[in-house]
Amino acid sequence: MEPLAINRVYAAISAIVLAFVVLPLGAVVWVSFFANRILSFPATGYTFDWYVRAWQMDSFRNGFVTSVETALIAVAISLALGVPASLALVRGRFPGRDAIQTLLLSPMVVPGIVGGAALFMAFIELEVLLDVDISGTLPGLLVAHGLIALPWTVRLVTASLVGMSPAYEEAAQSLGAGRLTTFFRVTLPIIKPGIVAAALFSFVISFIDLEKSIFLVGPGRTTLQIALVSYLEWNLDSTVAAVATVQILIIGVLLLVSDRYARLSRAF
Amino acid sequence: MSDVVLQSIVKRYDGALAVDHVSLAIKEGELVALLGPSGCGKTTTLRMIGGFIPVTEGRILVGGRDLTGLPPNKRNMGFGFQNYALFPHMSVGENVAFGLQMRKLPKAEIARKVQIALDRVKLAHLADRLPKQLSGGQQQRVALARALVIEPDVLLLDEPLSNLDAQLRNEMKLEIRAIQQQLGITTVFVTHDQDEALSVADRVVLMRAGRIEQQGAPDDLFGRPASRFAAEFMGVTNLLPGEVCGAGRFRLDGGEEVAVPMGAAGSDLSLALRPERVALGEPGEAGANSLPAVVEFVTYRGLVIDYRVRTTSGLTLIARRPSPALGGPAPLAAGQPVRASWLPEAGVLVPA
Repeated sequence: MEPLAINRVYAAISAIVLAFVVLPLGAVVWVSFFANRILSFPATGYTFDWYVRAWQMDSFRNGFVTSVETALIAVAISLALGVPASLALVRGRFPGRDAIQTLLLSPMVVPGIVGGAALFMAFIELEVLLDVDISGTLPGLLVAHGLIALPWTVRLVTASLVGMSPAYEEAAQSLGAGRLTTFFRVTLPIIKPGIVAAALFSFVISFIDLEKSIFLVGPGRTTLQIALVSYLEWNLDSTVAAVATVQILIIGVLLLVSDRYARLSRAF
Repeated sequence: MSDVVLQSIVKRYDGALAVDHVSLAIKEGELVALLGPSGCGKTTTLRMIGGFIPVTEGRILVGGRDLTGLPPNKRNMGFGFQNYALFPHMSVGENVAFGLQMRKLPKAEIARKVQIALDRVKLAHLADRLPKQLSGGQQQRVALARALVIEPDVLLLDEPLSNLDAQLRNEMKLEIRAIQQQLGITTVFVTHDQDEALSVADRVVLMRAGRIEQQGAPDDLFGRPASRFAAEFMGVTNLLPGEVCGAGRFRLDGGEEVAVPMGAAGSDLSLALRPERVALGEPGEAGANSLPAVVEFVTYRGLVIDYRVRTTSGLTLIARRPSPALGGPAPLAAGQPVRASWLPEAGVLVPA
């Protein structure tokens, strides 16, 4: 085939894939403005009422706050653990390095429902052993979300460390800087874009999690995603679509911002 | 300023010897070039001196002080990296100030020293720029200023010119040498380029497979290579194997007997002959070390022309003549019969 023709084929395939990803989201956004009382086609009219209603509902408002809080703390946990871990993995030479890296990334590939169930059972065992409540408590949820975010942080920070020549750190050392000074004055500023991206991405990943959280939330500690699922069990109207649209907006913005800081494609 | 002594240093990686019992005494103020092909251990040796790689065995002394176990930040050495490694988030001035801040000098003192260091490399006007806004040559100068401003005992340079284009490389070569002599700083300069080593160094240390193959003043190494490897690395293209068959006589493996400098004896030797010393004459002319041959291949190189000729006995020789641009004779064409000859004293016998 001519190069031009090949380019056209690529363009067509890309368009199909993009449509496959975007159309359902577009449908949700569209539906969120339907005036129909019960979700049905075609639209009888258009309204903003569902957005107002969603905000007035305690379960969604509280869920949103819980999700944001949880995500922020998950970011803190995943950075506090993930940045030093990435440093050790990239710069260190020790036995079992590859195994540890695989282990740290594994929550990314284990199905969320499996991970959630595993955590839940581990928490129950610990509760029996230590005689304290863990599952259904906020600390339990935070541990789980830290775990959800950690592999993404490790992945992104590792990628920016790999892309950074060790000569910068060596230069700092030859000029008299100790290890800590080297980290804070040279390594950290250079990998900052990766860390910012990791923070934003961790936030998103924690915010959208459903599968792990479903095992671990307790009364009064429901995340937004779980509030949505519970609502869908008994209702079929556009409130859910309105909430979803707001989320698409927030997450879209966060992903765009993180991509500006560090090309996400480089890390995967 | 201090002398540097390497006492039988060894670097072993999983059983493989990267550096194999290297001993070297570098005098105060001396510039030593570590020269060799990639993988010869020259960079590993430099990085061991700098403290970035721990030595497996041996000791490193600077000014009589044993630095063997010390981390790089306790060694007071200036290190120039191949890619300069200027901190990308700091301005030129901040880069140069970094080492002085680590030494906790007062602010005014730092500003004064940074100014002097940048003046020395003629870049004081660029102090506020970021490294990425500078050209390669300017980055190299900043890196040099940054390494020298801390008044190190030793300056270590790892292939400092390899990322520059030819023109700039010559300029920087002279500049590095000038600054080094002006400060009288003991310097180790790693390079794979013999020309670079010969033109900057007081002494050239040629390395091969983790060992020192030969060392000496530049003209020493260039004029009297002690091995086939050294000869080849110093640009000798003609290495003719054979054996000594009498006083000043050498029988080439092809059967010809030629005259060589007196004194050498033994078999398993090679006659090392620089291409510039091989003359090409009219086919009829006879004389000492004169072999009938045919031009096989001609390479025009601007100022010189290289001719690959094959003697009737089957030997291949490279002869290099000035091109017409340098006032040399008219070029020969492939297929032309010639006589390849050289003076007996032009050859050096090296172990094959």
